[in-house]
Amino acid sequence: MDDQRRVLGRSLIDTGGIVTAAAESAFELACADAGVRRSDVVYVVGTGYGRYKVTFGDTQVTEISCHARGGQYLFPKTRTVLDIGGQDTKAIKIGPEGQVLDFSMNDKCAAGTGRFLGAAAMALDIPLGELGPLALVAKNPVKITTTCTVFAETEIINWLARGKKVEDVLMGVHQAIATRSISLLRRVGVEDELTFTGGVTRNVAMVQILGEMLETHLNVSEEAHYMGAIGASLFALEKALSGAAGAVEAMTVGARLDSTRAAGGDCEICPELPDRKFHDAQERLAKPPQLIQIGRIGEVAKT
Amino acid sequence: MSVKQAHAPQLEGELVGRGRRDGNRLFKEWYAELDAAAAAGDPTAYVFVMGSAAEVLKAFDLNLVFPEINSLQMAVRKVSLDYLNKAEDYGYSTDVCGYVKADVGMHLDARKHPNGRIPKPSIVVATNMCNTYVKWVEIWQRMYGCKVFVLDIPGQRGIGWSTEPGSEQFENDRRYVQSQLEELIEACVAVTGRPFKIERLQENLAHVNRMAADWKAVLRLNQNIPAPFNAMADGLTYMGVLSAYRGTETGARYMAELREEMEHKVRLGIGTIAEERFRLHGVGPACYPYFRRFLELFQDWGAVFVSTEYLAYAGGGLDLGIQFDVERPLESLAEQLLITGRRSMSNMFFSQDQLADTVRDWKADGIVYHSVKSCRTVSTGMADSREYLTRIKDVPSLFVESDLVDPRIWSEAQFKNRIDAYFEALGARKSAALVAAKG
Repeated sequence: MDDQRRVLGRSLIDTGGIVTAAAESAFELACADAGVRRSDVVYVVGTGYGRYKVTFGDTQVTEISCHARGGQYLFPKTRTVLDIGGQDTKAIKIGPEGQVLDFSMNDKCAAGTGRFLGAAAMALDIPLGELGPLALVAKNPVKITTTCTVFAETEIINWLARGKKVEDVLMGVHQAIATRSISLLRRVGVEDELTFTGGVTRNVAMVQILGEMLETHLNVSEEAHYMGAIGASLFALEKALSGAAGAVEAMTVGARLDSTRAAGGDCEICPELPDRKFHDAQERLAKPPQLIQIGRIGEVAKT
Repeated sequence: MSVKQAHAPQLEGELVGRGRRDGNRLFKEWYAELDAAAAAGDPTAYVFVMGSAAEVLKAFDLNLVFPEINSLQMAVRKVSLDYLNKAEDYGYSTDVCGYVKADVGMHLDARKHPNGRIPKPSIVVATNMCNTYVKWVEIWQRMYGCKVFVLDIPGQRGIGWSTEPGSEQFENDRRYVQSQLEELIEACVAVTGRPFKIERLQENLAHVNRMAADWKAVLRLNQNIPAPFNAMADGLTYMGVLSAYRGTETGARYMAELREEMEHKVRLGIGTIAEERFRLHGVGPACYPYFRRFLELFQDWGAVFVSTEYLAYAGGGLDLGIQFDVERPLESLAEQLLITGRRSMSNMFFSQDQLADTVRDWKADGIVYHSVKSCRTVSTGMADSREYLTRIKDVPSLFVESDLVDPRIWSEAQFKNRIDAYFEALGARKSAALVAAKG
């Protein structure tokens, strides 16, 4: 991200078992994507559960704060953020500047998270990307009552054994996740606008069901998967500029790392995530697109 | 003058930290006495921290065992899981109160506690302040055939319902409690074979009066910035002495000296950490198997617990500075049990306004709710309380959950994530307030 809050490049890879190495790789790839040298980057913020493993990072910010800031960046009128990720579901109430006012998360249990969908996909042997469209053709959804992601598989098999259609079972799974997510949202209070972030935003059925249950429109961005990194970049930019009075520009990187598989391709939660650019991020910026200048703090911008 | 100058540094060295040092020493001595009582087979009463009626029991020179403190000690000494497993192997469900199961495990292990051997109960005294107490005492009754005595404290009968001392309803309730105390005295005479001496009870009540006055002052000294003690960390030591030595000259003296230490620290502006960035009020006990880490996660952000609910309700009303009328000991004891018992029970459901006052008076930046997985009694109502304080009173709050003795419920990554996010938000809020104040 440059000092005009424009996203220059990004990368998304599997975290794997060596978090530090994953951070390095993601950083290198993001630099390459932006067409900048590593040394051009003046401030790095690590976020996610592995944030302290971003060893080259200048500071760390939780993904809760980052999703809040990222949500407000993409949709400035956001007051509530719902993030459904692989193992966490977060409901975040935010202020006009994207500051966290309150938040609520699932505790000690992955029920209602993206992992729930992963378990269903595995039980039904259906690719993750097909879950949403298939669920939407359901006519008589079943009610999934278990609150355990692991036991959900047992319940799914039980419904199928009783002759229920796959789509009806799938819709039941989606509704179960939506219900638990809405419960978290109610704890912080749902205020318009509501922005939906995280990998599960790629599931069309989940977006539709949440909208119907909440009776409101959900902001959903194609960049939802990068929301934590965008928020981290905004924090980094803030830090970089506040720490260098007179600097004319800065470039920052937000690296999101957690113990889930954060990358596309074969991500359990969101299946197909093509390696694409932030093609339309600039359209959402308050300022009009300008010539992007990259430089270290203290350097004079070339116009 | 020269004497004072020479004495001043020495006095400071003696004073700062004295409460913790002496508290730890007294605690060891108390467990050593219990160990000796176990060996000698001396008469022993099992009681709970809330409504212990220690004043009566100590009039009979009964050794006092606090099962809650035993379980807590197992957790901080990192052996609670061994005892929990013993109880679960015996058949107790994972959902049962962790304090109960750790205690059961210890009894199944011949009362071998990490702090020493615990004597068998001669009599157990409970109140209805916690619904688990009533079933807990039945376990010992079955194990040892000991005398069980449950004090029934009439609580608040509905929202907004209250009676003041002197009202007809209060007098009826007071007589009801006093009659139970008289029955308790008869039971103690039967168990110990010792006569009841009213002057011993009066003496004990007088000790509690001194202790309560000083404890109330100690708690209020934490309204100062910086706070002279961490209510969650240091407070645990103070509360241990308060419970074990309630109604004794030793306990009263300890509290007076603790007050002296805190006043000294306030005078010199001595806090608990280098920079007190955030002041917190804690609701719910800590996660004791990971107590140090639990505290570090807050201290790393420069946060200090300036007050906790635990120091209030577990003190059996001493935080209010209760004063017994020693000239009418039984009536006065019944009155205070009624007042403090009702307050403890009501606090679980109607605590929000009192919490808001505490936040204001102790200048807290926010409230941390620590829900206890195996204790629904403490945890019930937390969500409502939090919602009220956050939305209506604009008090930033954090809700985290683990357990007080069960290390299996602890998940540090989740815990830390929530705590870090809370302080990020709290920091932004303070910065915004500072900017606004500067215009």
